[in-house]
Amino acid sequence: MLNFIARRLVNMFFLLIVVSFVGFWIIQLPPGSILDVQIQRLRMQGGNLPESMIQALRDRYGVDDPFYIQYWKWISRSLQGDFGTSFETDQKVAERIYNRLGISFGLSLTALLFTWLVAIPIGVYSATHRYTWPDYIITFVQFLGLSIPGFLLALVLLIMASRLWDQPIGGLFSPQYADAPWSLAKLWDFIRHVWIAVVVLAIGATAGLTRVMRANLLDVLNMQYIQTARAKGLKESTVIWKHAVRNAIHPLVMSLGTLLPALVVGETLIAIILSLPTIGPLYLDALRSQDMYLAGTILVMLSALLLIGNLIADLLLAWVDPRVRLE
Amino acid sequence: MATAAGELPKVAKGKKQEDVGQIPQWKLMVRRFSQSKLSVGALIVLGIMYVIMILSDFIAPYPHDVLDSNNSFAPPTQIVWGPEGPGIYGLKQELDMERFQWIYTPDPSVIYPIRFFVQGHEYYFLGLFPSRLHLFGVEAPPEANARIFLWGADKEGRDLFSRVLKGSQISLTLGFFGVFLFVVIGSIVGTASGYFGGALDNLIQRLIELIRSFPDLPLYMALAAAVPLDTPITVRYFLITVVIAVVGWTGLAREVRGKVLAFRNADYTAAAIAAGASHWHVITHHLLPNAMSHIVVVGMLAIPGAIGLETALSFLGLGILPPAVSWGILLRDAQTVQAVVTYPWLLIPVLLLIITVLAFNLLGDGVRDAVDPYA
Repeated sequence: MLNFIARRLVNMFFLLIVVSFVGFWIIQLPPGSILDVQIQRLRMQGGNLPESMIQALRDRYGVDDPFYIQYWKWISRSLQGDFGTSFETDQKVAERIYNRLGISFGLSLTALLFTWLVAIPIGVYSATHRYTWPDYIITFVQFLGLSIPGFLLALVLLIMASRLWDQPIGGLFSPQYADAPWSLAKLWDFIRHVWIAVVVLAIGATAGLTRVMRANLLDVLNMQYIQTARAKGLKESTVIWKHAVRNAIHPLVMSLGTLLPALVVGETLIAIILSLPTIGPLYLDALRSQDMYLAGTILVMLSALLLIGNLIADLLLAWVDPRVRLE
Repeated sequence: MATAAGELPKVAKGKKQEDVGQIPQWKLMVRRFSQSKLSVGALIVLGIMYVIMILSDFIAPYPHDVLDSNNSFAPPTQIVWGPEGPGIYGLKQELDMERFQWIYTPDPSVIYPIRFFVQGHEYYFLGLFPSRLHLFGVEAPPEANARIFLWGADKEGRDLFSRVLKGSQISLTLGFFGVFLFVVIGSIVGTASGYFGGALDNLIQRLIELIRSFPDLPLYMALAAAVPLDTPITVRYFLITVVIAVVGWTGLAREVRGKVLAFRNADYTAAAIAAGASHWHVITHHLLPNAMSHIVVVGMLAIPGAIGLETALSFLGLGILPPAVSWGILLRDAQTVQAVVTYPWLLIPVLLLIITVLAFNLLGDGVRDAVDPYA
């Protein structure tokens, strides 16, 4: 087992190097740089920058360097924890990301927990009660959940929340709590602001997972060992949960790896609608304004998250399923 | 249609035992498919949508991009019955100084008739034949503010109905072509990887592993952002299609490779090779047909995702850009609570998007069941 983990870690390390190189290459693909944008903005405001000053700025940001030198500068500093400076606000990239990372993670993990707690029981119920009315209703709702874009759901919930329940809309806190120290009242205010995001994030993922859970369980329920388990007189709940579900849960565990980064960025649209300060909108802004160090760092960070998520998923799988351990 | 769909399952159930081994496979597939009424319904809905899309320039009463400050946020037009058949009232525009919104009051003194098959703005039918014929239009003097907005108007006074029709030309096709492209790439690469094996297989698998190390949406966003802003719309359309395909093919290629690996060692493949069949013959006659049903299903199920992806990218300002129209661009107007509550008709593109994606999901589900009709 340790051998397996060590091999995976080494593999991951090399993969991350290539990923960071390719990722950075994609990010710097569009012609021009944020510097051009900013110089143009300054000119529009009437300030005519002297050539020497432009040149100084270009040198400082290393805009004219060839791509591999830019990459080397960025990656070598990144390894020391310095991800460079965001062009747009002159803040440290690390600072801009960390500010939002906590909220992104909090939202995503809550949504993930919510998803699993809802998806597994519903999927199991839907599979064990196949072709009954509740199953048809669940199936229909699933398709609806898969087809309705998350941001529309967010919009509808926002309207309902603001109209019916007099809820605050958008942002993380009400103005009076924004700078206040944490207290129970502030926590409550926070929950009232973010529950819509959690629900919307969870609904899309839940619809997909319930469907997978149902299909897998249906396959497993046809297996002979299920028949055997029933024939030897086990309780139906034991048959379902211990013999069937445990064998059907594979893909759910495996999807964990992709779910993590998907949830972190999947909220981009939703966060824009709900004006939540999370990673998604930051990444979008960075891409659109060609803030390459910021965008590159986020892309590579998310890839690392995906790889780590996959590793965790594999370890979990080995824990759930002894057969995987033997291979 | 309804009666035919209703009777089919009975016939199929009774006859299944007798003739299942005698009729051609495609007939079995059609029979199996038509048993799923939801899927048949989805197919009909999609058929209608695509026909409307093809005829969209003819159906749309106005150009999609003509600004009209007299009709900013004009609500859907009320249709009345006049002496000459259906018609509409002219609109009076007033500014509500308190809420700072335009208010429109119909002027019932004159009814402007709606005419069918009228001459209007020029367009190219199917992009080929110049025409001025439109399905319907309002006969009104230019000074009267009488335009027909079936689904209301947006902020610049552009007819939402015409814009939705125009947008469907991109939204209904781009995802489709993207999937088509990735199915072709995925099948070819996957087959090559599984059939030839060795260094080529290793290289392809490492490439797939690399692409899959990036999370989907951020990679799509980064690639779409790499398309320069000043690219002409046709080139941009093509490049966004490529972006969808570049990431999407990896999963299919892996699955096709697995299938090919399995069938490559089958006896009939060995027999074909021993009999001197070329690689091309073995691949096209013995390997691909076995993987075909799987490829079709993966492709069908990927279409709704691709359509949603195009919409999301355009919504984020990374996909199709104005002045071109896609549903994603129309959705940008509907992103605040304020706008949606005041001008609810801005949500119509969202409804159409949901119907499309839902229909494709149901269709894909039916196809998945149908490709294996012996089960």
